[in-house]
Amino acid sequence: MEKEVFSPKILVFSTDKISDPGIDQAGLRKIHYSPSVYTISLPCSSSIKPKWIMHAFEKGFDGVFIAADGHECSYSPKCAEYTNNIILDAQLLMKEKNISPKRIRMAAICSVCAEPFSNHMDNFGKILSELGKIDEDKQIAE
Amino acid sequence: MKERIGVYICHCGGNISDYVDVEEIGKMLKTDDGVVISKDVMFACADSNQKDMISDIKEYKLDAIVVASCSPKLHLHTFKNVAERAGLNPTNYVQVNIREQCSWPHSDKPREASVKAAGLIRAGIKRVAYSESLDNIEINVKKAVLVVGAGVSGMKAAIDLARLGNEVYLIETDYFVGGHITQTENLFTTGQNGKEIVSRLYAEIKSYNNITLFTGTSVEKVSGSLGNFAIDIRIKPRYINGKADLQAVQNAMNDCTVLVNDDFNFGFTKRKAIYKNYPEALPDVTVVNAEALKNEKEFLAKHASCLDLTQQDEILSLTAGSVLVTTGFDSYQPKEGEYGYKTFSNVVTLPELNRLIELNPDKLIFNNKPVKKIAFIYCVGNRQTKGENKYCSRQCCSSAINSSLQLADKYKGINAYHLFRDIRTYGKQELMYEKSSKQGDIYIRFDEKEPPVVEQNEKTLNIKVKDYLTSKKELEIEADLVVLVTGMVAREDSKQISEKFKIPIGTDKFFNEIHPKLKPVETVIKGVYIGGSCQGPKNISESVQSSLSAASKINALLKGGTVSLDPVIARVNNDACVWCGKCAEVCEYTAIKEIESGDKHIAAVNKAICTGCGICAPVCPTNAIEIAQFTDNEIESMIDGFMEKIDLKVREKESESTEEVSGVKMKEYPQLWKNILETMNGNKLTIPEISEKLEVDKDIITYHVMTMHKYNVVVTEGMDKKELYYYYKLKN
Repeated sequence: MEKEVFSPKILVFSTDKISDPGIDQAGLRKIHYSPSVYTISLPCSSSIKPKWIMHAFEKGFDGVFIAADGHECSYSPKCAEYTNNIILDAQLLMKEKNISPKRIRMAAICSVCAEPFSNHMDNFGKILSELGKIDEDKQIAE
Repeated sequence: MKERIGVYICHCGGNISDYVDVEEIGKMLKTDDGVVISKDVMFACADSNQKDMISDIKEYKLDAIVVASCSPKLHLHTFKNVAERAGLNPTNYVQVNIREQCSWPHSDKPREASVKAAGLIRAGIKRVAYSESLDNIEINVKKAVLVVGAGVSGMKAAIDLARLGNEVYLIETDYFVGGHITQTENLFTTGQNGKEIVSRLYAEIKSYNNITLFTGTSVEKVSGSLGNFAIDIRIKPRYINGKADLQAVQNAMNDCTVLVNDDFNFGFTKRKAIYKNYPEALPDVTVVNAEALKNEKEFLAKHASCLDLTQQDEILSLTAGSVLVTTGFDSYQPKEGEYGYKTFSNVVTLPELNRLIELNPDKLIFNNKPVKKIAFIYCVGNRQTKGENKYCSRQCCSSAINSSLQLADKYKGINAYHLFRDIRTYGKQELMYEKSSKQGDIYIRFDEKEPPVVEQNEKTLNIKVKDYLTSKKELEIEADLVVLVTGMVAREDSKQISEKFKIPIGTDKFFNEIHPKLKPVETVIKGVYIGGSCQGPKNISESVQSSLSAASKINALLKGGTVSLDPVIARVNNDACVWCGKCAEVCEYTAIKEIESGDKHIAAVNKAICTGCGICAPVCPTNAIEIAQFTDNEIESMIDGFMEKIDLKVREKESESTEEVSGVKMKEYPQLWKNILETMNGNKLTIPEISEKLEVDKDIITYHVMTMHKYNVVVTEGMDKKELYYYYKLKN
């Protein structure tokens, strides 16, 4: 039987004004990244609920990537700190379900960060490939 | 839940459909929950399709629509408009980006791209099913504007706002209006005296009954929000009795023997303790330096009728619908020892030189010695690759050269040396640079890594500089006066001002607009605008341009008496809220307040202030606060949509679909395609001919014919690829 190639499913939370245009630009410039990357755009990276992150893992996403505003955020100078808190909260919830904390990642993506975004996707994809499918974490939990 | 959803999937003339099988996806999604119609269209944004969408919405009684095409940054408003024209609330429309985030980045993997696109659109359908009809928030606004800072930018903006019928409160922290420009007698490139410009603007301000000017005044406290800002201002006393006779004040001034450093002239001269910045300074009311006079008992008793040192600060409350901040800049103050500043007495800054020029009508004398040789050192305190101010202040080159021209004009036999890094006399100001070079000013370029060194000689200053343009040969220049061409920095009090109005500050410490190109005078705080050099280095005309643009923005905002705000803001689930205060803690805009509701305390959102950033949502321990359009249902249903199994028969080869398109699906082509085909009617026509007959621009015809050609909709005979390419190339 031919071995199926594992392409990790990544959910990206982007931001309307900053990182989403950066991801758009990757497309515009035909910079390729994995087609199993799905993006949800929000007003600010500090508005992601840990609950949503858990929902993504539950439904089968192998990793969650937060394309944060960093210091460019026009809403709050403390945006990076708040987003970081969200990740810490999410990681606590993940620990309960025995999901590896490596399955969540954050990086600041600017409005022209096309290459950095695609590089992040490649690297995160590799990390997730090593970790294997999300189901494997869950099985251990059971 | 929405149960009559329309789905439109765009080919984008091949940009999407070359990689994503939009037709199959359209067919597949027809059976999704709530979907009434699902179709693929050649250009979703085309007029013809917009009309079709409107009639679909009416005919099928659609209660929500999903458009899968390009990035929402391009056509979000186009389709919001379509929904609105069809009588559907625009918040019941979801845009799915299958071009920038699917067909283009995954053009290498068309099969996977199709599966992803299907997932993205399905997520959009699920999301729109949870969408609510939200109405814009209407807010009453007061037609009054607070303008902070009466420099040239603030004065001009105040005049225009008043002319358009707004009540204007213009406040200035100094006792006299005009700001920096009053300190320069010759402004580039018009050669006007700054004081005259200020006098003219002041006369204009006086002619409007609806401008109230407060001098010696600063902002004390700000509350409220767009439409109704409540602002407390603090007015410092002038210590002159308001009822005093003008002549008596004049007598006291003449009589005054106490002298203090004249700040207006950077301490080069002394002034009386009862003073005006300069004789014509406006408003025409003198000010008393209370600190300097407090021990002059006899003098105070003599002039008790007009001098009153017991006067106190006064706090006044104003209400304004909007605020314009035009607080301007500070000139960079060199550190002690920077190029010999303050260490050697003959080193001054450019603003100081400009005062010296005005104070010396015939001969330039400084420290009792005539000045013949002047050396200007550029980029002081700016463009520091390793320092704090990395930016270029861009007006200082022109300003220095203008002063150099003025020196040559006003005094005889002055030699000027300009030690520069780069000369940035952009626009018309380049002519000044040319004139200066022609009159014999010497320009020497230095490198930032090896800046000039200023040393004291017996009588003069000695400057060592490595001339970058002659293989770094070290030159020595003797100068009677060294002028440091200093740039602009953010005002010392800008942090306090930013804290009061919550205006964000950039890394350069100037105020930040929302977007330098698209929203250049707006701030993230609704109703608060910025203009002039408080947002970054600008020359006078640029400052005025930006403050006037803010003035017209503000007028447009307040004109109707009400404003309509985006409904995408935070809202509280009163039942779940237990008021812990965490949401209010993280809110940058103080939009959340504690209120009493029944027998408990809960959070309440001020709709006029909330920006909908959503930072409050994740910190709530009881999940009681959310952002409209970003609810748990909407986001989680999207995640479900991505992950549901896609049952799609993806086409294997591109050619199959392109053949299928030809001729068969004519009704879904844009109207222009139909028109082009009708015009050609099987004949050979060139693009200019079609363009002429249809009265449509050649570029547009070329683009569309190329796309039609790609789909074999136009026959190649007489219209070969080369010809089309030729036209396309010619224009681009």
